Amino acid sequence: MTDSVLYSVFLLASLGIVAAVVLYVVSKKFYVYENPLIADVDEILPGANCAGCGSPGCKSFAERLVNTEDISDLFCPVGGNDIMKEVAAILGKEVVERDPTVAVLRCQGSCEVRPKTTEYQGPRTCAISAMVYSGETDCQYGCLGDGDCVKVCKFDAMYMDEATGLPVIITDNCTSCGACVEECPRDIIEMRPRNKRDLKVFVGCLNEDKGGIAKKSCSVACIGCSKCEDICPKDAVVMVNNLAYIDPVLCTLCRKCVDVCPTHSIIETNFPPKKVKKEVEKKVEVKVAVVKEQIVAESKKSKTDA
Amino acid sequence: MLKTFPKGGIHPPENKITSSKGIKRMTVPKVVNVPIAQHIGIPAEIVVDKKDKVEIGQVIAKSGGFVSSNIHAPVAGVVTKLDMIIDTSGYKKQCIVIRTDAKDEANFEEKEYPLKKNIELEPKEILKRISEYGIVGLGGATFPSHVKLNVREDKKIDCLIINGVECEPYLTADHRLMLEKAEEIVVGIKILMFALKIDKAVIGIENNKKDAINLFKNSVKNEVGIEVAALKVKYPQGGEKQLVRSILKREVPKNGLPLDVGVIVHNVGTIFAIYEAIQHNKPLIERVVTVTGKNLENPSNFWVKIGTPIKDLIAEVGGLPEGTRKLVNGGPMMGKAIKNTDVPVTKGTSGILVISEDEASRGEAKNCIRCGECVFVCPMGLEPHLLMNLSEKGLYEKASNEDIMTCIECGSCSYVCPSHRPLLDYIRFGKSIVKKLETSKN
Amino acid sequence: MSQPIIISASPHVHSDRTSKKLMYDVVIALIPAFLVSLYVFGIGAFIVTAVAVISCLLFEYLIQKFLLKTEVTIGDGSALITGILLAFNLPSGLPIWMIIVGSLVAIGIAKLSFGGLGFNIFNPALVGRVFLLVSFPVQMTMWPTAVVNNTSIADAVTGATPLGLIKEGLMFGDTMTNISADLPSNIDLFIGLTGGSIGEISALALLLGGIYLIVRKVITWHIPVTMLVTMAVMTGIFWLINPEQYASPLIHILSGGALLGAFFMATDLVTSPMTKKGMLIFAIGIAVITVVIRLFGAYPEGVSFAILIMNAFVPLINTYFKPRRFGSKIKSKIV
Ligand code: SF4
Ligand code: SF4
Repeated sequence: MTDSVLYSVFLLASLGIVAAVVLYVVSKKFYVYENPLIADVDEILPGANCAGCGSPGCKSFAERLVNTEDISDLFCPVGGNDIMKEVAAILGKEVVERDPTVAVLRCQGSCEVRPKTTEYQGPRTCAISAMVYSGETDCQYGCLGDGDCVKVCKFDAMYMDEATGLPVIITDNCTSCGACVEECPRDIIEMRPRNKRDLKVFVGCLNEDKGGIAKKSCSVACIGCSKCEDICPKDAVVMVNNLAYIDPVLCTLCRKCVDVCPTHSIIETNFPPKKVKKEVEKKVEVKVAVVKEQIVAESKKSKTDA
Repeated sequence: MLKTFPKGGIHPPENKITSSKGIKRMTVPKVVNVPIAQHIGIPAEIVVDKKDKVEIGQVIAKSGGFVSSNIHAPVAGVVTKLDMIIDTSGYKKQCIVIRTDAKDEANFEEKEYPLKKNIELEPKEILKRISEYGIVGLGGATFPSHVKLNVREDKKIDCLIINGVECEPYLTADHRLMLEKAEEIVVGIKILMFALKIDKAVIGIENNKKDAINLFKNSVKNEVGIEVAALKVKYPQGGEKQLVRSILKREVPKNGLPLDVGVIVHNVGTIFAIYEAIQHNKPLIERVVTVTGKNLENPSNFWVKIGTPIKDLIAEVGGLPEGTRKLVNGGPMMGKAIKNTDVPVTKGTSGILVISEDEASRGEAKNCIRCGECVFVCPMGLEPHLLMNLSEKGLYEKASNEDIMTCIECGSCSYVCPSHRPLLDYIRFGKSIVKKLETSKN
Repeated sequence: MSQPIIISASPHVHSDRTSKKLMYDVVIALIPAFLVSLYVFGIGAFIVTAVAVISCLLFEYLIQKFLLKTEVTIGDGSALITGILLAFNLPSGLPIWMIIVGSLVAIGIAKLSFGGLGFNIFNPALVGRVFLLVSFPVQMTMWPTAVVNNTSIADAVTGATPLGLIKEGLMFGDTMTNISADLPSNIDLFIGLTGGSIGEISALALLLGGIYLIVRKVITWHIPVTMLVTMAVMTGIFWLINPEQYASPLIHILSGGALLGAFFMATDLVTSPMTKKGMLIFAIGIAVITVVIRLFGAYPEGVSFAILIMNAFVPLINTYFKPRRFGSKIKSKIV
């Protein structure tokens, strides 16, 4: 009886010793030298592994930061300037400061303003339905509404609005990692500069069709009338292919263009309500306000949450 | 024993309702919208301007490169605009809009050329003309024919296969063409054999077209080197690789072409177009289109000018029936659903299929029950359930190792899946990503 | 047009086979065996089957609805089949609460915890059965004798199964000649006038069901035929070597769960391999393990264990036995 106990103890103990020796040898033999700086840098990085920097994860970005001489064109959008400065301090290299940005959705084609003309049956992902055809509406530039961007967002900064069928960006959560920009097959999401009160003026449309056709497929489409281009005092509006684009660098947020746009496709966010409000203007506001209100409401909500 | 390929394949209901309807000439449309991207490869470059007068058969868009093709005016008339029009891809594409000149007689001549047998051109000239006259594969893939015929010196071609299989359900365009133009097609085959110096040609026809088989057997009786092969009725018998395997027992290597086993495959429609181009100087400006569907009043086969809006065709067969839910350009297995009836007929339009509600809806996708049905039917020996899974999860590298690129997109897997899984949807998506990854690597 | 045009990727037609139809075909194929069991075991068989089916459906419903909060899929017929197959693998007269426990194990553990239909590795009904067999060996081997045309619940009279008789006999050093006197005749075995689990007794009824499944293309011949042939060959070899020590192949195939296993359990779509080659390997594996357990193991019957063991190998088989890719090897030379 005691024999068998002894045997088992002995057997297990020797097994343990053998395993320990093997492990030790293997770990010595396959040891890879790693620059300790990499671990330090990795520590500072946000650890979101969002690939917004272009590297597959924070660890590999840290390696890149340590191993490249000139890191001025490397940037972690999630960490922003503060983190990059810290990294630069550790590595003794120069970083270039960048303006913070935030994602905006350049499409207002909700179910209401952009009627569905066909019905899609198949896997509900934007990537696949974009391969099959131009989408359920007659606009082949706008949002497909299958929410690939929402699926890739790692920061809960996007959700699909059931009522409009469009994604909504929660500005406060957006880290500008760029995953959604990358994912969207229609390139609807754009990174625009973020300022203190998150004021933005941009064209919420990408439709390059001629005015009449664009208007028919979506009532808030940019029809390429150039009115905004004419009124802009800073020449910030450019017209390419029947489509207006507001250059965020030149734009001073004067909002003159917003009022002249006949289809209300220019979106302004987070501006205080205008003082004088005539009846006509109210109507104008309402449509634009759909998108606007959501953004405001959302940012408020997330603020109170936080 | 009928010849066939060994693995996989399905047998969907044939529904060839128009096989006894002779090919009618369609009324000349008032306007034609000719897209400049009708073939695989680089789109053609427009060489006409707004308000230009064009003759029938005049080049209106020039080939944009080697893998590209000329496009000719299907009607005489005036170019009214260069516009963006939704084509079969589902996207708006550049089109040349021509208003038919109602007074020009060339538009309305019923051109029935007499059979012309002796070949006058030299091989070089033949190949040149095929390329100039805008001939592309008319079976549906629209691959420019001159590229296929441009055989490098070191490749030896010993057999020409003529694809008269038409394994797609519903379609009868090739079938009718074979019945009505058998002699011409034989001359066309001889032209190609002469041009490429091949002395063997086999016409492959599925056994559900016995009349065509007998007809051809008769007309090649006195020809040296041309045979007719009756093939088992099995989809996708008409797939190039399957066809070569069925007829010659040669297996085209994984990422290869029929060329690699010494074979060139051409569709009967293409052969007829080549015949007309060489013998009668006629560029590719019209083709046979089957307009079909169970609820249509008068489904039939037509000679249609390229660029004719599909709504004209539908009007010709009695209008869209009540409850139509889907329009397909091509056959039900590989055709593309189209968005509206303004879409023009292109060189690749072998049929227009009108489907009603009950057939149009896809069943709701359920869990894979691992029945293996998709694996059994895949003619390429792939595992569709696995490929779908991999591309859904984004494991493209793995999918590529599982030979996702060899999928011929025949749709057999999606057809049989009892759980209605969108197998081909995901496989096609996976293929597009793998292709992108591969090109970015090189 | 009232409704918008539908756009979808090709193909635009689909076969009318659905997984639901496949499942109900299996149910239809099981009916003959069920009728025979009613005839042989009377109302007991009915009660066991009804309890198993109802509890399987109920558990699936409850777990999906309240625990997993996913879509409820009891309509797809798979839980129904699990219930029937579980019952078919139980002796009639088993206490009702045990059946319920078995169903819970089958549905809750073997099926839903793996992710539901299509994701389970093991055949749920067999897991339920083996769980019961291991937990309650006494009740699970208390076979009521055939009570032909008896409508009352059979008293738990233990009549052994043919395989049990053989095993016991051989263990006590008896010879086959002596044992066969106690065995039912081959004809009785074939028709089903013998003891055993509810569904496994009648070879005739199972064959009918199996042929129906093959004709309806729910299953292919590969698994059942390979499995039965391998079993026959293996037991045949032993029988030829020493007919006094080993039962004849015919007895092996007609008795116990061989036919039920071959046609209904091993062929379960979800837990069998997906290529023809893989199916052959799978079936041979089951046959070999079954024969080894039957001849040399402690249990008289081994089909359930064999199938479960081979189920575990299915992912491996699927990875290593792939269909031949078209064009992967050029056989024909260019002439
Ligand atoms: S995987 Fe590709 S080749 Fe195979 S059946 Fe599906 S579509 Fe056809
Ligand atoms: S046919 Fe459908 S259910 Fe069957 S294995 Fe393939 S994907 Fe799965």
